[in-house]
Amino acid sequence: MTSLAVHLPGLPLKNPIMPASGCFGFGREFSQFYDLSKLGAVIMKAATGEARYGNQTPRVAETSAGMLNAIGLQNPGVESIIQTEVPFLANYNTSIIANIAGSTISEYKMVAEKFNQTKDVHALEVNISCPNVKEGGIQFGTDPVMAAKVTEAVKEVSNLPVYVKLSPNVTDITSMASAVASAGADGLSMVNTLTGMKINLSKRKPLLANKTGGLSGPAIKPVALRMINEVKQQVNLPIIGMGGIASAEDVLEFLIAGADAVAVGTANFQNPFICSEIIDQLPVILEQYGYSSIQEVIGKGARI
Amino acid sequence: MIQKETVTVKSSKTVALNTTELILQNEYLSQSANPGQFIHVYIDGFMLRRPISIADVNKKEQTITILFKQSGKGTEKIASYQPGNMIDVLGPCGNGFPLESTDDKILLIGGGIGVPPLYYFGKKMSETGKEIISILGFQSKKDLFYEQEFQQLGTTYIVTNDGTYGDKGFVTSLFNKLENYDSYYACGPIPMLKAVKKELPNKVGYLSIEERMGCGIGACFACVIPTTDQTGYKKICKDGPVFSAQEVLL
Repeated sequence: MTSLAVHLPGLPLKNPIMPASGCFGFGREFSQFYDLSKLGAVIMKAATGEARYGNQTPRVAETSAGMLNAIGLQNPGVESIIQTEVPFLANYNTSIIANIAGSTISEYKMVAEKFNQTKDVHALEVNISCPNVKEGGIQFGTDPVMAAKVTEAVKEVSNLPVYVKLSPNVTDITSMASAVASAGADGLSMVNTLTGMKINLSKRKPLLANKTGGLSGPAIKPVALRMINEVKQQVNLPIIGMGGIASAEDVLEFLIAGADAVAVGTANFQNPFICSEIIDQLPVILEQYGYSSIQEVIGKGARI
Repeated sequence: MIQKETVTVKSSKTVALNTTELILQNEYLSQSANPGQFIHVYIDGFMLRRPISIADVNKKEQTITILFKQSGKGTEKIASYQPGNMIDVLGPCGNGFPLESTDDKILLIGGGIGVPPLYYFGKKMSETGKEIISILGFQSKKDLFYEQEFQQLGTTYIVTNDGTYGDKGFVTSLFNKLENYDSYYACGPIPMLKAVKKELPNKVGYLSIEERMGCGIGACFACVIPTTDQTGYKKICKDGPVFSAQEVLL
């Protein structure tokens, strides 16, 4: 059988498939459907310094080929995640990536430092691109100087490899990627959701309580592919690609465009088995398109 | 335990204005579903599943019944399904109504499309010898369904907002008419649940809550509700959809 193993900084992955942050909680709910050891890695839901309740409901809305969400980084706080969620995931033979968020640079630092002290977290994904919170998140993700500062701060306190999750809500994604690369990022994770809105006609106002939300799902896949390919031409960092992936063919598109591994997000809501099914299907699709190993696909995105 | 199941449509019937009753064949769901639980229905061509509560179960025939209102393109599509069509669902999801109550006389309070889950619950409670009283509220006569079904369980009062059938008003308008009962079980729109909770502060009560959902299994944090002590929250899809009225802040 075709080997699906890929190597990213700090992450020797048995396959390039991982559930995306925020779409898989901390894995508990999905563990009733299949063995999480099958996954290349799990990216946990964002952790902040203290527990956060998040936004008012409604928090989700369906759109054409996608959905909007405005959860607002609800999470029990880094301490609780380390005490209760990380040990649960550590029962599985998979890599654990901790997504970290904050309102201030010192909060990012504090969260990174705490995960750095645990033995079971293998990498950090720095969320500088959450569009659904008033402070932090996307503010850091749309200004290259701020993005670099957060990256530097996290690198300073952590020995874990740092993947910076980029926002697509920028004019020039390559300048963001270059800035975090110069600041010492070990990899990139892209893209987060595109900010959007849906109107409730009978109420004559936005459907989401937060008014705007992050658009995800197949609707954003072409944007993600274009941005990954653009960044791959100019920045020499491994990329975890994401944005609307729902099939093994989608995975192959991302790998050809320049991703080194991928994360599956919204599709988990439609089909809780999707990551497992994609892992089963990937060797078949690789073979169908004439590849004898996954290594043949990745790393060539800059030249397509 | 939630499973991904394929159900087969056995029958489809319009029971009121834009309101469809589907009887679905599936062994696992029919044997495992409890009153108040729901199924999360996949619709081809739509990104998100639709949570629909289970209105009845027939273990012998291995069927479950769902009732829903067509309120958009997704539910319109489900309403168009014909006998023999297969649907992908997750279920049974959530925690339903408490079944261990020792009360002798219970009140069911349903509003509009919140009525269905109370039927299977009432039926189960009736089987254990409890006396059932029901108040069902609808906007108008054309929205009314399951009157006879509830009458078979016990005294049933119908109220319509426009007075075209039964009493005119809201479900709460009838509270003063009722004899003593031990506990209440309500499902309906949030304003109705708020009014019920406010009017019956000293009664033991349970509320089944509706919200827009993402995953339906507790992973995405889309459908949450604050707890009364304001120190935390509950996930409607996983911890609910049924909560003790004292537990959550509406």
